[in-house]
Amino acid sequence: MKKTFPIEVDCAACAAKMEDAAKKTEGVKNASVSFMTLKMRVEFEDGADINETMDRVLKACRKVEPDCEIDF
Amino acid sequence: MNRKQKKSLYSILISFVLLIAVFVLDKTHLLPDAVCKILYLIPYGIVGHDVLRKAVLGIKNKEVFDENFLMAVATIGALCLGEFTEAVAVMLFYQIGELFQSIAVGRSRKNISDLMDIRPDYANLLNENGECEEVDPEEVETGSLILCRPGEKVPIDGIVKEGTSSLDTSSLTGESLPRTVRAGDAVISGCINLDGLLKIETTKEFGESTVSKILELVENSSMKKAKAEHFITKFAHYYTPVVCYSALVLGLAVPTLTGIISGSFAYSVWIKRALTFLVISCPCALVVSIPLSFFGGIGGASKKGILVKGANYLEALANTETVVLDKTGTLTEGVFEVTDYLPAEGTGKEELLENAAYAERASGHPIAQSIRKAYGKSIPSSSSEELREIAGKGIKAQRGDGFVLCGNKALLDENGVSFGEPHANGTVVYIALDQKYLGAIVISDRIKKNAKESLSALKNNGVKKTVMLTGDHEVTAEYVAKETGVDEYKAELLPEDKVREVERLLETKSASGKLVFIGDGINDAPVLSRADIGIAMGALGSDAAIEAADVVLMDDDLSKLPLAIRISRKCLRIVKENIVFAIGVKILCLVFAAFGIANMWWAVFADVGVLIIAVLNATRTLHIS
Repeated sequence: MKKTFPIEVDCAACAAKMEDAAKKTEGVKNASVSFMTLKMRVEFEDGADINETMDRVLKACRKVEPDCEIDF
Repeated sequence: MNRKQKKSLYSILISFVLLIAVFVLDKTHLLPDAVCKILYLIPYGIVGHDVLRKAVLGIKNKEVFDENFLMAVATIGALCLGEFTEAVAVMLFYQIGELFQSIAVGRSRKNISDLMDIRPDYANLLNENGECEEVDPEEVETGSLILCRPGEKVPIDGIVKEGTSSLDTSSLTGESLPRTVRAGDAVISGCINLDGLLKIETTKEFGESTVSKILELVENSSMKKAKAEHFITKFAHYYTPVVCYSALVLGLAVPTLTGIISGSFAYSVWIKRALTFLVISCPCALVVSIPLSFFGGIGGASKKGILVKGANYLEALANTETVVLDKTGTLTEGVFEVTDYLPAEGTGKEELLENAAYAERASGHPIAQSIRKAYGKSIPSSSSEELREIAGKGIKAQRGDGFVLCGNKALLDENGVSFGEPHANGTVVYIALDQKYLGAIVISDRIKKNAKESLSALKNNGVKKTVMLTGDHEVTAEYVAKETGVDEYKAELLPEDKVREVERLLETKSASGKLVFIGDGINDAPVLSRADIGIAMGALGSDAAIEAADVVLMDDDLSKLPLAIRISRKCLRIVKENIVFAIGVKILCLVFAAFGIANMWWAVFADVGVLIIAVLNATRTLHIS
């Protein structure tokens, strides 16, 4: 299951950090952030609840980049 | 400018004015020194409060090496050393740089999305009463009737029910010649209706339509990252901590050591140098310019009708060493036509063709169609006359008291017609009337007009070897190979032989070189996936080809292949320029800072100036001549 979410982030290095943080989140199989399109593409583990997982992803991302937004 | 950028601009302006005011007060000694120093904190706070806030949050979240933290330490350090003007100015310039960056990136984002401005905003849905209603394309169900007026985009794939018009497909294919459509023709979304009113029955939902597929593909392409991007994120990962620890060594260890040796401890000089280090340590210039270059390259390519599915493929294309081409539909048009007449002695060309057309008058076979097209006149026939199609051999048609035979050698042999077999390139159709051999017609696939130039353009763009693979006969393959100038060819291959051939070529190429396979996407899936880069051409409207390939050429213009390689090479060159330039300037500034030549101003340039130049350079990838 793959889904793409619009994100808000100010700098490219921060986007790379968000990608790292999302990848390490529970329920996420793989993640990729494009600073150019301001999108995050998340591949979920089988059976993972999307909303719960995205909550965790946002929390993890806020830790590395306090001002970031993920629209889900 | 968006709201955030405007806010940032205002705080920059206000604090700039305040800084000058305080500076004047300070220098003219109108106020006591201590008061001035406190006053300096006002512009500092206005322009830097966001940085300070994020720095605190960063520490709380154990994210120490982020640029806010670095800027905060550097400027607070400067304040502590009594360098008030410098501290405020550095923060000010840092913010100006951030604003510039944000605007520059925003603009290139917009440029690229303008390039891909094919998304239709609405569809004119016709309801049962024949009334027209403007709706979101996503709401239109398959099989609905929609109206497309001149100047509007076709919103959804469908079939024309009423009307004639020309369509501008340039935003999809890069091809500027309009395409004429009339009732019964399929139209694809994203084209612009130029002059006529079209009533279209949709055959797909919006999400499955060509325009959605293309947009999705281009948007997701930046998710597949190039090696250069991975390199730079990894580099940034180590670069920042290394510079920070060096700053620590520079600010504390060096003055302590030299102090022990010389007896005088010059901490403030070295701490200042260390703070300069911190400002230079931000990695953003590198990290933003590389994906921006690739994104620009992908955007520019899609404007030309070349869809690249990932930055990794765009990067790989630059190192194309071997190009393997399919024959039919790639080097040739894939449209069969009569190319030669070989009438027997005593038979005219007209008589030969007329008899062939007579026999082939009702057949739907491509060969029959090409013969009828060559004949060009209507064919008189009476329905009572027998017409028999002999599978795999040809046609036996009654004509008056006798028969016309039109087919392959086996058909004529079987009917006892003897003749000398001619030598020809292509499919040969033999014709006999009343047991007498009339001659043969050669039908072959036309070689694309630009095939030869495209292949030589490939050679000019670093391709070492071109190979043609085909399932066709040796004679035809040899002919096409000679005419187009491919280096090697292999004929009479089955699909699995093609895969084996590609595998063999993969083994013989150099380690860094890439193998590209290009075909029309039909029956090519295994080879497309086996090659380093699989390119499908003529993919307009073919989902399977879009699915299977790494790069998709929207029309069947072979010259797009050398163009794609050229775009890729240009993009890679810009990426390399940016890497060398950004890393070079930063290291240079670090060295200068260590020796006390570079001050904070240099550091701000090394950080923000480099970033802006790199971003501007990266946007060059958008423009393709």
